Amino acid sequence: MQFTIKGAAAALALTTMLAGPASAELTGDLRIFFNDQNPAPRAAMEGMVERFQDMHPDLNIELTLIDREANKTQIRNYLTANAPDVNGWYAGNRMRPYVNAGLFEDVSDLWEGEMGEALASTKPALTLDGRQWGVPYTYYQWGIYYRSDIYDELGLTPATTWEEELANCQAILDSGRKCYTIGTRFLWTAGGWFDYLNLRTHGYDFHMALTANEIPWTDDRVRETFANWRELIDMGAFIDNHTAYTWQEAQPYFVNGEAAAYLMGNFLVEPLRDAGMTDDQVGFYQFPEITPGIPMAEDAPTDTLHIPAQAQNKEAAREFLLYIASAENQTIANEVLGQLPINSNAEVADDKFIQAGFEMLSNATGGIAQFFDRDADAEMASAGMEGFQEFMVMPDNLDAILDRLERVRQRMLDEE
Amino acid sequence: MAAPITSEPPAPPPRGWWRSRQMRLAPWLFLAPGIAFFALYVILPIFQSFHISLYRWDGLGEARYIGMQNYERLFDDPAFYTSLWNNVRWLLLYLLAIPGGLFIALFLNQQVRGIRLYKSLFFFPFVISQVVVGLVFAWFYNPSIGLLNPILGMFGAGPVNILGNPSTVTYGIIVAGLWPQVAYCMILYLTGLNAVDPEQVEAARLDGAKGWKMLWYVILPQLRPATFIAVVVTVIGALRSFDMVSVMTSGGPFGSSRVLAYYMFEVSLSEYGFRMGYGAAIAVILFLIMLVYIAFFLWRMWREERGV
Repeated sequence: MQFTIKGAAAALALTTMLAGPASAELTGDLRIFFNDQNPAPRAAMEGMVERFQDMHPDLNIELTLIDREANKTQIRNYLTANAPDVNGWYAGNRMRPYVNAGLFEDVSDLWEGEMGEALASTKPALTLDGRQWGVPYTYYQWGIYYRSDIYDELGLTPATTWEEELANCQAILDSGRKCYTIGTRFLWTAGGWFDYLNLRTHGYDFHMALTANEIPWTDDRVRETFANWRELIDMGAFIDNHTAYTWQEAQPYFVNGEAAAYLMGNFLVEPLRDAGMTDDQVGFYQFPEITPGIPMAEDAPTDTLHIPAQAQNKEAAREFLLYIASAENQTIANEVLGQLPINSNAEVADDKFIQAGFEMLSNATGGIAQFFDRDADAEMASAGMEGFQEFMVMPDNLDAILDRLERVRQRMLDEE
Repeated sequence: MAAPITSEPPAPPPRGWWRSRQMRLAPWLFLAPGIAFFALYVILPIFQSFHISLYRWDGLGEARYIGMQNYERLFDDPAFYTSLWNNVRWLLLYLLAIPGGLFIALFLNQQVRGIRLYKSLFFFPFVISQVVVGLVFAWFYNPSIGLLNPILGMFGAGPVNILGNPSTVTYGIIVAGLWPQVAYCMILYLTGLNAVDPEQVEAARLDGAKGWKMLWYVILPQLRPATFIAVVVTVIGALRSFDMVSVMTSGGPFGSSRVLAYYMFEVSLSEYGFRMGYGAAIAVILFLIMLVYIAFFLWRMWREERGV
């Protein structure tokens, strides 16, 4: 009798190994907390769950959708009490508090096989302390969205160097428009500008060292980045009163043609189309080179799924993450999301902006940053973005701002 | 059908230990639930805040004891002084609600057709939520779609960006906060004016008192209880001004409209926060500031009760 059971177990194990993850017999409950209720992400996630359910009919999947902002505080509660089996979060340093507190499951085993190769481009972003803590399902590019009709009218072409960018901006200003719209009320939009100016002025390694608190904010190289920024500010390149607007409230300036460009993530495209803009009016270009010869690095925030350390059904959760990472799923899900798949074998949707982003990120030889508030620690991120906003309004305060940021950095170092 | 409780025969009167102490114990029994919850949700957290403020804790991992370091950092933190200074501005300017409310109340305290309607219209801002007031004012001030700039334009004044400018933002929020607060003080004074003794007014009139003199020497002294309550609610309202700041600016631009209550929230509970110890230290400071005022308030109450 004992022999039979052992034999059956061995046979089962053998079949599972041979047939791969897709045919594993999963039972029980799989509870998923997903952190977006907006229509597209919601549809994408529901699709993923549905397809996974079809593969595992005996599994009882329960999907809970949480508001994106609410999740940022709720995650602390649900990871410590009543944890789901899978939850949504972000890559980069944003994982740090949960990894340090032992609340995320180490999923390095998933990354060892085939999956790791297909997702290699984002492996560093999911790695902390030499291990991987989650699986990415999508990312999106940042770059400059511009009014191609206005550029045509003024006879301009998108800049590839900083001099061209400044010359274009001057031409746009001379035509009675602003170069860039921006709404800094919630600060992070200014973080995007800093990221790109710093990445282009000093490159990826410097930027990552700075956000990792390894370089003083009073360093002359940091000042060079701000000096480049100041050129635009002194020209009056940004719309007035941007401190009063959210990123959505800044859109009408772009739509009405009062500002010619917008540095933003690809999620800008959907509201622009909703506002009646056609693809003939809007174009996309990569943030131009500033210091010649520095490999181009890009911001591409990655959204991820994780397994809480206290999850009940980790086996099913691991299978789910493997499916999430698969080329098949990433192709379908990102088509719905209107974003970019991470799996290098996945296909990219036939959309002007997504194609442009895919090409840009495929050639991002410099590296891929997450975003200022995901690369830097929370305290530094909040102090930093506040400083950027102040700089955009009062560039003369730069010394005071940098001293303040340096003090925050010193204090954080002292605390380690 | 259950018999009405009142028709049941009265229980035999209690005897012995309970009976002899009933008068003294009954109030405590009635107070007990209140005291228990007040202790659990108000008194205990005060001590917990003191305790947490001595630690470095992100709310998840292990809390590390660091003594007074949070306070040392706080006194070295420019954002703390900005918040403190804004609190002072709130405290002083918010008091304008008291004369404001008084004069509207005097104005409305007359018998005209439809006066009830006018009174309710003036009281209206206090009925709507602070969050809604904040939103309405934020739109009003908005430099691109707001009504303020066209109105200023009619008088030839230039466009302003009240909430986006660090030197005007706090005043802009205080004005929004004053709108409902004036209404509150007004209703307090309207009730107070009902209690003014007409005979005294008559007597004063016979003695030739009019206008300001009548107001200052005859009416105002009789309104003292109303004034006292108005000061109390206004000062407390100013010190806990959180919702307006949160809704209208989130403390910005670059933290220049923060007040202590908002800074505490930002540091401990917002997206980039979760420095619980530091937040608790701010809470303790805010508590100490309020304590000065609460002590004064209690001392006055105690003195008045003895005087009666």
